[in-house]
Amino acid sequence: MAKVLEVKDLVTKFYTLDGVVHAVNGVSFDLDEGETLAIVGESGCGKSVTMLSLLGLIPSPPGKVERGNAFFSGGTGRCDLLQLAAPELRDVRGGQIGFVFQDPISSLNPILTVGEQIAESLTRHLGLTREQAHRRAIKLLEEVGIPEAAQRYDSYPHHFSGGMRQRVMIAIAISCSPSIIIADEPTTALDVTVQAQIVDLFKRLRDMIGMAIIWITHDLGVVAGLAERVLVMYGGRVAEVALVDDLYERPQHPYTHGLLGALPRIDTDGSRRLVSIDGTPPDLLIPLVRCPFAPRCAYAFERCWEEIPQLMPAGIQHQVACFYDIERGGPRSG
Amino acid sequence: MQRYLFSRLAQSLLILIGLLIIVFFMVRVTGDPASLMMSREASPESIAAFRHKMGFDRPLIVQFWDFLTHVVVGDFGNSLHFKTPALPLLLERLPATVELATIGLIMAMLIAIPLGLIGGFNPGSSIDSIGRGLALLGQSIPNFWLALILILFFAVKLRWFPSFGRDEFKSVILPAFVIGLPTMGQLVRMTRSAVLEIRGEDFVRTAHSKGLEPRVIYIKHVLRNVAVMLVSVIGVQYSYMLGGSIYIEAVFAWPGMGQLTEQAIGWRDFTLVQAIAVFGSVVVLAINLLTDVAYALIDPRIRYGD
Repeated sequence: MAKVLEVKDLVTKFYTLDGVVHAVNGVSFDLDEGETLAIVGESGCGKSVTMLSLLGLIPSPPGKVERGNAFFSGGTGRCDLLQLAAPELRDVRGGQIGFVFQDPISSLNPILTVGEQIAESLTRHLGLTREQAHRRAIKLLEEVGIPEAAQRYDSYPHHFSGGMRQRVMIAIAISCSPSIIIADEPTTALDVTVQAQIVDLFKRLRDMIGMAIIWITHDLGVVAGLAERVLVMYGGRVAEVALVDDLYERPQHPYTHGLLGALPRIDTDGSRRLVSIDGTPPDLLIPLVRCPFAPRCAYAFERCWEEIPQLMPAGIQHQVACFYDIERGGPRSG
Repeated sequence: MQRYLFSRLAQSLLILIGLLIIVFFMVRVTGDPASLMMSREASPESIAAFRHKMGFDRPLIVQFWDFLTHVVVGDFGNSLHFKTPALPLLLERLPATVELATIGLIMAMLIAIPLGLIGGFNPGSSIDSIGRGLALLGQSIPNFWLALILILFFAVKLRWFPSFGRDEFKSVILPAFVIGLPTMGQLVRMTRSAVLEIRGEDFVRTAHSKGLEPRVIYIKHVLRNVAVMLVSVIGVQYSYMLGGSIYIEAVFAWPGMGQLTEQAIGWRDFTLVQAIAVFGSVVVLAINLLTDVAYALIDPRIRYGD
């Protein structure tokens, strides 16, 4: 499978009045064409900042991408997103990489019609005339399951429910048939029943368009039915990456263990208590010199406090950044 | 849209009726109008005769009905001082006040909105500092004091502008600046904070994520939303300026409604004061109504009445 995105050693910092926030501390991952990769982790672990950094969407100042590469192989050949000049990066944004954000209520402009907000992406990237963009936007509204799309073109966002607005956001994201869609917690703000509909819509569009999806979430339940691979982030670093079934069956990182333990399950008798992970998320104001999870980790030993673990192989397509081998019950060799 | 306009109109009418009641009774509860209006040497008999002639000896409710039915057709009675109908006296002064307020507002907008926009897009820049300084000064300097200082400097010392009156076009500059300054201050602040707020909105991030040109994002997504926030402020400020120019017109001897108000109070010309109060309120209500219409035209959330 050809790689559509290869991120190497991404570092993003925020220079705030309180000090430097080390939001992303050397994240590397890659994404196959048409693959769905889930990125999970607690709030503030750097999931969203990683994705926004790739496309120059972090507020700057105070944010700054300090280091790293992000090789993107789109329609126009291979390029490093982090090196692109602003106009070229704008061509990629919306044209080849689409975004769906968490809160569909605030993510649409309240005083423009939904149709117009879809059409402006089409005129920008595909060079369509207003008329063509209008027709194409109605088609997109139909594709994302909005009834009476032609009439709905002239509606304003406040006429729509949260789920419908998220459908509009999705229509915008897929409007130019991108190679990748980055969905940043697209179902978090929605009702549970609507969540399922949106997940189904993503699956259908993925089969139709064939784009890769990066699905940022902290809901491991949603991930299981949608993603092929899962990347677990902690403290601005990748803790573990594995195929989805492998991750659920053989979680290698103590943090992933904790996350899975904290997941409510419907197939148990209810006597099992939900497990929470002790401690608090890391203080990102402190530069990283050790394993970010060490203070909360039951298995942490000397080495964990002295150096930062890099990703190490732990099975087929399975990597983990941990010095302790949970399966063997001792320090990992190498 | 029609429903929205209709409800706004109905509200305005209700407020107007409330206002008429307040104006009418305020004048009555401050004392016996007949003895207030007559000179101190007047005999009790002539006061009684005057009271009867003016109808002040009738029950209040009857007087109020009489007042109401006349006001509706624009009859505010004769000015006690000029002995002519009050309304034409007012209307004669209206253009001067409208000129003053309008030019004041335009000056305020021309200076404040660009400063606020630049400040909002470049917070911390030197132009931003100037704008914020102006905002602070504009909202804190007492305007009658500023008026005197400006007269002293620009009219007496430099002789660039006349110090009072409304004889040439230049005359309007100083009073309009003074009346516009507080509005200028408020507009700089409002524009700046509106730009900062809208720039940080999620939908602006969405616009960036679509790869739109920054110019398009500023105009189509940021500025239009900023305009929505400014319209209501501008409307309210304009109605303040139309109604609140009493000091400034007094200091600059500007022959507008403010000056007439001051004089009418001095003359105890209570029919004229009553007429000014009612008329002024109607103007404020009308401006507010226009603001609401403008608001509805640019903001679909209001247009569709949610």
